[in-house]
Amino acid sequence: MGKILLEMKNITKEFPGVKALDNVNLKVEEGEIHALVGENGAGKSTLMNVLSGIYPYGTYTGDIVYNGDICKFQKIKDSEEKGIVIIHQELALIPYMSIGENMFLGNEKGTKSAIDWNMTFAEADKYLRIVGLSESSRTLVKDIGVGKQQLVEIAKALAKNAKLLILDEPTSSLNETDSKALLDLLLKFKKDGMTSIIISHKLNEVSYVADKITVIRDGSTIETLDKKTDDISEDRIIKGMVGREMTDRFPKRKNVKIGEVAMEVKDWTVCHPQFTERKVVDKVSMYVRKGEVVGIAGLMGAGRTELAMSIFGKAYGTNISGELKLDGKEVKLKNIKDAIKHKIAYVTEDRKGNGLVLSNSIKINTTLANLPELCTNHVIDQDAEYQVAEKYRDRLKTKCPTVEQNVGNLSGGNQQKVLLAKWMYANPDVLILDEPTRGIDVGAKYEIYCVINDLVAAGKSVVMISSELPEVLGMSDRIYVMNEGRMVGELSAAEASQASIMSCILKS
Amino acid sequence: MVSFNLGEAIKKYTMVIALVVIIGIFYVGTHGTILLPQNINNLLSQNAYVFILATGMLMCILTGGNIDLSVGSVVCFVGGVGAVMMSKGLNVWVTVISMLIVGTLVGAWQAFWVAYINVPPFIATLAGMYAFRGLSNVVLNGYAVSISNKTYLNVFGGGADCYVPDFFGGNGINITCMAAGIAAVAIYVINSLRLRMSAAKKGYETTSAAAFYVKLVLISGVILFLSYKLAGYKGIPSSLIWIVIVVLSYHYFTTKTRMGRYLYAVGGNEKATQLSGINVKHVYFFAYTNMGFLTALAGILTVARAASAQPTYGQFYEMDAIGACFIGGASAYGGTGSVFGAIIGALLMGVINQGMSIMGVDANYQRVVKGLVLLVAVIFDVVSKREKK
Repeated sequence: MGKILLEMKNITKEFPGVKALDNVNLKVEEGEIHALVGENGAGKSTLMNVLSGIYPYGTYTGDIVYNGDICKFQKIKDSEEKGIVIIHQELALIPYMSIGENMFLGNEKGTKSAIDWNMTFAEADKYLRIVGLSESSRTLVKDIGVGKQQLVEIAKALAKNAKLLILDEPTSSLNETDSKALLDLLLKFKKDGMTSIIISHKLNEVSYVADKITVIRDGSTIETLDKKTDDISEDRIIKGMVGREMTDRFPKRKNVKIGEVAMEVKDWTVCHPQFTERKVVDKVSMYVRKGEVVGIAGLMGAGRTELAMSIFGKAYGTNISGELKLDGKEVKLKNIKDAIKHKIAYVTEDRKGNGLVLSNSIKINTTLANLPELCTNHVIDQDAEYQVAEKYRDRLKTKCPTVEQNVGNLSGGNQQKVLLAKWMYANPDVLILDEPTRGIDVGAKYEIYCVINDLVAAGKSVVMISSELPEVLGMSDRIYVMNEGRMVGELSAAEASQASIMSCILKS
Repeated sequence: MVSFNLGEAIKKYTMVIALVVIIGIFYVGTHGTILLPQNINNLLSQNAYVFILATGMLMCILTGGNIDLSVGSVVCFVGGVGAVMMSKGLNVWVTVISMLIVGTLVGAWQAFWVAYINVPPFIATLAGMYAFRGLSNVVLNGYAVSISNKTYLNVFGGGADCYVPDFFGGNGINITCMAAGIAAVAIYVINSLRLRMSAAKKGYETTSAAAFYVKLVLISGVILFLSYKLAGYKGIPSSLIWIVIVVLSYHYFTTKTRMGRYLYAVGGNEKATQLSGINVKHVYFFAYTNMGFLTALAGILTVARAASAQPTYGQFYEMDAIGACFIGGASAYGGTGSVFGAIIGALLMGVINQGMSIMGVDANYQRVVKGLVLLVAVIFDVVSKREKK
């Protein structure tokens, strides 16, 4: 056994209503690459946020022992001073600043009164060479590719004198060559004595670089596998990740008649709105029938949300091409209003950011997408509006003192119900639900599943995007699997299993 | 029925309470002078422009804390155009309608850049602030142009006769004014009771009876008090009519109509609003065009009160309007605020101004006090929101 550099003991972290981490233990040896794997929402990122001080000391329980000392980080700066540097999944670089400026942002070189730009760029160049980039540090970040940006992030971490490097999904936006280069760089750092923690969904990469693998599931550590002593094949890791018991968590659908194809897309291609040459969705074809629940499984960043939003009146992306058919007729949807008129609804995954107006009441949120229905000459019939809100509150069993309550004060599950109510009131034929149960408790999940069953029983079509495999398996009549913008599998409910879905993703 | 909660009520009506307290302080400080009929009359007509501009500014602020800096210059520009037209002998109604059209066009010009080209509102209206100040000088040729048209002055609150005439020829007390006050109270009380009864019949939730009647009595009391005071002077100032029309119609607009609702939604969460199929650009365009329209009305009232237009008119009007909205509880991030709130904010500023003037406080210190009041009001808003989380 080498020296233990970091030990996290019995870490428990609660968010209002959710226990994100439950007595998590993690030991990292000096000079090793330690991988953290688990499904989305298992608590990996939360754990790393605790470690790096994003969630300050006192908001969680348990101890962080680093280099023999108990640490009480109040902010990111505290952990960085100790040499713990986290690189987040979303790149945190500012496009219109040069590489050098980005690298020393918040860590500026020079005296208190003036930044020494020559020194900054010289230092930056030095670190760029270490990560194998030949660009000048005066280049603007927007002018280099995503792969190189990720390397800049690493150089930025090195510039902070990192001793423990945490990488959250470092390769999720990289292609294969860039990913390989990045992983090899980590192996090279290891030789120089650097310790790294890597969070990844790509198990082949994990097997390639990691010395130890800790599996986290539902906020608890399940097991730690050692490369030297244990089997660390992908199948073995998957078993650890998904090996939960499936009980009756999903309401049964009775005698729902599956009818004609309600919506179909063919060769649907969407490009990134900023990096227009990058295809986020690549020649995807899919369909959904009346009375059918179709699940779309995949990892974060697989392009599922982008697919859904681009179908929903081009709410995302540029250079959208492909065919969209509703009830067998091809349609072109110019904007969201158009999509709603054609009876498509998209229930966003980010209910707080994109879905609800938190400072407004349940009533106002419920009717927002279909206000014209309640209006005569632009004047809202507030009586009718109140009744609509009440009706959906009853139907979805939303728990609230009154529909005049602000949505911001509701729990996640009830917010989700308000969001669903809003789109049900828009009376769509095709509902695209994006992560409809993210971050809500089991009881509320069950009620939302019941609502989905009611919808298809009424002949609606539901497309459900979800990163929770049990949910996809439990609710769908048919499952599509997406990875890196492409459809990589279509499975009937009978042939789908967690393993078959995972293997579709991993083998793509 | 919701039980009456004193803490909540205090929180909701903080600014009203603050207003009452401040009036009380000045009542003592000025030995009652501040509540003399003439001073109440002056308070309302002097600040007519603030009420109107604050209403328009609120629509902009609701969309996300966006402000319009150009209103002071546009008030001057529109006023200048009107004064020059009348001095050339044009018909007064043609002039008034032209002024409203000019203001609306100016608003639409700025709204276009803000809504469709994504120029930050601060910049677009800062540009307008410079440009229209310059154009005001051009239109007025650098001089003051006086307005002598009697109809114009009477209708829009200038000169000695800008009051609703007393049809009943009361002696010492204006009967029309008193009657209007009583009628307003009657309409208000009957309407409130009717709404409450119909809500109760349909099984909707209503506020507690105590709170409802206290509010009913207080508001009726204030209306009667005001009409009594005004009746003791010269009656209803014509500018008050315009204020009431604007405030009531925009209160209705923000609470009952689609576009009004969208203003709040855009400020509360622009992304969610857009994903609800609402054209967010139209909402911005509306807010700023409407601001232009109300600015024109404020310009009409301003030059009427002064009976002339000068190139320096309207300076810092934008700040008075912005300040009134924020003091009145509008959020600097958008999405919350109300027309009545903005009016309370405007009144608060007006009372402080007038009270200090009567007490003979140095004008420079008056500004310091106004600044501090604004700061305290916004601190209060931010802190009370933080507690909720």
